[in-house]
Order: sequence, then C-alpha cells, then structure tokens
Amino acid sequence: MSDRLLELRGIRRSFGDHHVLRGVDLDVDAHEVVALIGASGSGKSTLLRTVNLLEPIDDGIIRLAGDDISDPRVDADGVRARIGAVFQHYNLFPHLRVLENVTLAARLVHRMPRAEADRRGRELLASIGLDGFAGAYPDRLSGGQQQRVAIVRAILTDPQLLLLDEVTSALDPELVGEVLALVRALADGGTTILMATHEMAFAREVADRVVFLDGGVVVEEGPAAQVLADPQEPRTREFLSRLL
Amino acid sequence: MLVSALSTLVFAGLLFWAVAGSPGWARVQQMFLDPEVALASLPRILEGLLLNLQVLLFAAIGVVIVALVIATLRTLRGPVFFPLRALAAGYTDLFRGVPLLIVLFIVGYGVPGLEFFDRMPAAFWGTIAIILVYSAYVAEVFRAGIEAVHPSQRLAARALGLSHGQTMRRIVLPQAMRNVTPALMNDFVAMQKDVGLISVLGAVDAVRAAQIETAHFFNYTPYVVAGLLFVLLAWPTIRLTDWVSARMRARERAGSIV
Ligand SMILES: Nc1ncnc2c1ncn2[C@@H]1O[C@H](COP(=O)(O)OP(=O)(O)OP(=O)(O)O)[C@@H](O)[C@H]1O
Ligand SMILES: [Mg+2]
Repeated sequence: MSDRLLELRGIRRSFGDHHVLRGVDLDVDAHEVVALIGASGSGKSTLLRTVNLLEPIDDGIIRLAGDDISDPRVDADGVRARIGAVFQHYNLFPHLRVLENVTLAARLVHRMPRAEADRRGRELLASIGLDGFAGAYPDRLSGGQQQRVAIVRAILTDPQLLLLDEVTSALDPELVGEVLALVRALADGGTTILMATHEMAFAREVADRVVFLDGGVVVEEGPAAQVLADPQEPRTREFLSRLL
Repeated sequence: MLVSALSTLVFAGLLFWAVAGSPGWARVQQMFLDPEVALASLPRILEGLLLNLQVLLFAAIGVVIVALVIATLRTLRGPVFFPLRALAAGYTDLFRGVPLLIVLFIVGYGVPGLEFFDRMPAAFWGTIAIILVYSAYVAEVFRAGIEAVHPSQRLAARALGLSHGQTMRRIVLPQAMRNVTPALMNDFVAMQKDVGLISVLGAVDAVRAAQIETAHFFNYTPYVVAGLLFVLLAWPTIRLTDWVSARMRARERAGSIV
C-alpha cells in the first residue's frame, strides 16, 4: 500500500522476564486515526514509546514512511523530530513560558528562525484560544489547557505522525472535553494519529480503527464501530464488558 | 514587637553582666578586645581578606564546573558508562570523607613536590584543595537536584527530538538548579569561612595576617577582628539563603502542576 505510514512487525519487549510485548503487528495509514485499547499494564504506553524510539525493542521492525527506523544506525533524534508525542502528564516544561514551550523543538531541533517559530506558535495558541497565555508559565494554566498546549507543541513542526498516550486520563472530568475536542479537530484536519485511550466513546467517535492489545499481542482490530459494538474475540468482549 | 525587643534587651544585659562580672574579665578584655590593637591591625587583615575573596571567587567557579561534570557523569545510564560512573562515585566518596585540612596539606605540600608545575603560590594550591573537596559535596547536591526532576520531563524533551545534551542543558539542569539553590547557597556560606584555612599553607590571608599581627602586638584582638570580618562577609549570603529558602517553600505550597 502506498499510503502506509507506520508499520510495526513482530515487536517484542521484555523487562527482565516480564514479556510485555510478544510480537505486535500494527499498521497505520496516512491520515488514519488508530485507537489502542487494552487493560492497564497491557503495554500500550510501552508500544507507543517504541514507535518514537524512546523504548528499545528486543526484536521486530518499525517502518516510518518506508524507512526502517528500528535499525540501530538510524539517527534517533531525527526520527523523533518527525513524530509528535504527548503523554499523560508532565509534558510542559515548568521553567519555560508557554510560547517557549511550544516553539522549543522548532528552534532547537528544526532550526526554524525564532521569529517564524514565534509566529507559528502564536497562531497555534490562538487557534486553541490560549494566545493570552503565551508569556505565562505553565503553572498558570489548568490541566486541560496544559494538555492542549502540549498537543499544539507536538504539531508545530508538522510531524508525520502524532502519538497520544492517554492525554486526558490525568485530568478532572470537566477538563476532558476541551482536550478531546482538539484531538477531534486534528483528526478531522487529516493528522495521522496513534493514540492509547480509555475513552471508548471517544475512540468510537474519532478513530477509524481500534486495536485491542492483550497478553502482549494484538488480539483484535477493525473499524471502531464494529470492534467496540460487536467484538469477535472473547477477550475483547470481556475487556469491554468490564468497562461498563 | 515591643515585647521581643524588651526581652532581647534584658537578656543581653544579663549576659553582659554575667560575663563582665567574671573574675578574669578585665584580663580577657585587654587580650582580646583592645580597640587600639584592633584599629592598628585592621589594614593588614583587610588586605589578607582580599586574598580570601579572590580564592573564594575562583574556588566557587571551579566548584560549579567540576561538580556539574561529576554530577552529570553520575547520572549517565547504561553499562558503557560504568567506569565513568564508578570514577565519579569514588571521587565523591573519597573527598566527602577526608577532612579539608588533610587535603590542603597533601595538595599544598605534596603536589608541588612532584615538580610537574612551575612554582605556584600557596593560595593557588589552597584553591585547588578547596575545589577538590567542595566539588564532592556540591556534585551530590546537583545529582539530587537532577534526579528530582520528573523523568517525564526528560521523556517529553527527547520525544520532541532534543538530543541528550540539549535535554540536559535546556530542560533538566535549569530545573535541577532551581531545586537546589538553597542547598548550594548553604555550601557557599560554608566555603566562605573555609577559605580561611588556606592560611595553613602559609598564604597571607586574613587569618594568617591576624596571626602575624597577634604575634606583633602580643595580643589576640586581631583574631577577633578577622573573625568579625568573616561574619560580615558571610552575613548577606546567610540572610539571602534564608530568604530564598522561604520563598521556595512558599512556592511549593502554592501548587503543583499536571
Ligand atoms: N521501564 C520499565 N521497567 C520495568 N517494567 C516496565 C517498564 N516500563 C513498563 N513496564 C511494565 O510493562 C507493563 C506495561 O506497561 P505500560 O505502561 O506499557 O502499560 P499500559 O498499557 O500503558 O498501562 P496503563 O493503561 O496503566 O497506562 C507494566 O506491567 C509495567 O510495569
Ligand atoms: Mg500507559
């Protein structure tokens, strides 16, 4: 397929004799939104970290837009610069102002001139209604505002792929909506997203495809509506029924 | 306010009465608190203090650099770096254990004996000894500060494509520095008076000058003068340290972040 963006083959990762990933196969096409679901401890975060090379793998192949990025000789910083990532929490740097946070990678990694980085940063902050906070430190923002800033920071340099790891799970319930709305807007705009999430309703609404991870392998995957409404595998059924 | 002022006055009065009423007071006063001797010895002691200040300046700069290197080495991960980690750990263990005075003697008398270097003044070797010892302490302070930075911060920086070095310089160290400022300032206060120990190598600093003046006048007042000067030197830093610590405690109470 010509528009395959990410390709994981046989990804294995153990911590001691704890085999977290036991051969994961997963594809993400360009402009596709894929939701990764699974019980706590099933290895969703570990898998996402292997994609941007923050977690070494014991075996397997990772291809990004055709390039084998699991090759040890690959420039890992260069690969990470092509992938945006937002984690559960502690994303923003507390000692840098909001605008500095947003433009840091553009200036340091992508060598974008400061004026241009600032202009793009302000534009993006304005698009989420936070341009008024450009000069503030992150602790002035609510948790939801911080996560939205972290997301626009991740997309400022137009990454090929956006990884989101439960970006709402550390938030108070009333702040979840604004963050999900931003993710939805990005998805609608054609951003390729691989996200781990506990929000099944959100996954059903936004994801093109849902992937269920259990026992270190992909147990079931398919169109979001189908997997979530009518799961074929007993383990998927059991997992989803426990959520209700 | 009034009560505390009054109570302080009464307390000071009582203390003075007790000391001044002691049988040996007159002799002690004459030997340690002679105003004429104090005035006469002041210029030389001040001149000596200038040397202490120079040593303090160079030592402070040296300590920050060496300590940062040691602390960074200690936080390196991975088996490849084991020798460097072990070396850095050995360094901090060694120099936190040895008394400064012994390091001063060994560096001050031993190293010049190797005749590797051109003759250097005693104050130079004193500065080196102070850097060696204080770097071990300050490196531990830095390391604690580095490790107190949440691991997710490092992860977030690396995820943006920042290199290890950029992550350290731009993200980890600035936050670590902020965490450890009060502890660093405390070490600086301690160093301010320990620079007086270089006198044992014969450098004519404030302490050594006081010693010379004491012998000259057959009177101990110069030591008191030197002591007071050291207190005066340290006092602003001490107050500043308290102020910074209090402010940081207040900020910690003010709130945390997601
Ligand atoms: N660096 C590590 N060292 C040891 N064990 C680890 C490490 N990282 C992850 N693990 C283990 O791997 C397993 C999977 O962790 P992971 O965080 O990927 O799960 P998850 O699916 O993201 O869970 P959650 O839904 O709670 O976020 C867990 O049992 C965890 O303890
Ligand atoms: Mg997780």
